[in-house]
Amino acid sequence: MPGALAHVVPPKARRGEIVEVKTLASHVMETGYRRDINGIAIPRDLVRAMRCTYNGEEVFSAEFHPAMAANPYVAFTTVATESGTLDVEWTGDNGYRATASARLEVE
Amino acid sequence: MIRFAGVACLARIATAAALAATALAASGAGIAPADRRSGYAMMAPETRRMQDDDAENPGMLWVLDGRPLWTARPAPDAASCAECHGDAETSMKGVAARYPAFDDGAGHPVDLAQRINRCRVLRQRQAPWAGESRELLALEAYVALQSRGVPIAIDAGPRMQPYLRDGRAEFERRRGQLNLACSQCHEDRWGLHLGGSVIPQAHPTAYPIYRLEWQSVGSLRRRLRGCMIAVRSEPYDAEAPQMIDLELYLAWRARGMTFEAPGVRP
Repeated sequence: MPGALAHVVPPKARRGEIVEVKTLASHVMETGYRRDINGIAIPRDLVRAMRCTYNGEEVFSAEFHPAMAANPYVAFTTVATESGTLDVEWTGDNGYRATASARLEVE
Repeated sequence: MIRFAGVACLARIATAAALAATALAASGAGIAPADRRSGYAMMAPETRRMQDDDAENPGMLWVLDGRPLWTARPAPDAASCAECHGDAETSMKGVAARYPAFDDGAGHPVDLAQRINRCRVLRQRQAPWAGESRELLALEAYVALQSRGVPIAIDAGPRMQPYLRDGRAEFERRRGQLNLACSQCHEDRWGLHLGGSVIPQAHPTAYPIYRLEWQSVGSLRRRLRGCMIAVRSEPYDAEAPQMIDLELYLAWRARGMTFEAPGVRP
């Protein structure tokens, strides 16, 4: 599976504290608008969506489009409610799927 | 009259020679140790933050890919890197900061990518990875990460001297249609701007780097190739001896500076 990373900052939080989730996915994000040196169109290859669940419940989702950089970095915040894992899943063209998870401890 | 012209012409040559000598002395003097700065110091705060935070540094995606390449066997009958070298976190600490280094088997200095590929061919009996391939850069990034914070320490012993000398000659030789030497920008004009970009001092402290322009991790060779093309000269092949000499000289020039791979550069 393609590489992806997820981090929660801070990894240990008090209940009700706002934490930041930072994610990176390994992807070329080819727009489909470019041509190679021979003038042949390079087929589109994009991450189309990402979704993050916190102990199974969706807390963040995003749609991806052309003009986003390769290896997209997405950060968002959520509220620490209970100890558990944040699972991030990216899906895209050509059957692309990557996952990453981060552990959050709530005191 | 003819004689006068001859004298004037000679005088002009003498002036040109004197100018050239001054230029060489200026380049030869290099940058004083106290004035040396990593390209990191000249980056925008946002880019620096990107390198500092492993959760934001895209180079860590290559490190992530490199870790299994270290531990897994490339073939059932071939030893993994870890089987000989053990835990990379201890055995590879400081290693990347010592490359390019002399390789007894090869009989000349090799850079880290060549060292990895030599191990792969001679010990693991596998086909070498292509230059700039995902696997090679990933393993290089993983090994380089272990030297983070270590000062660059290049062997400058007698057997390295001819290569260092050649590397320095490459660095100071004018090349290409623009007729520019590396040293003219990176020693005489660092800190000034070329277009919108600050000219750095060309210290290879963070390779392999994630370069925003490339949208990928790349090697020092790739970076050198970019500079060679920019002055409109024919770039050397990735593994040409001149390329390794140049890598070696640049690393020696940055001796004592802190290794910071995987770096992020604009």
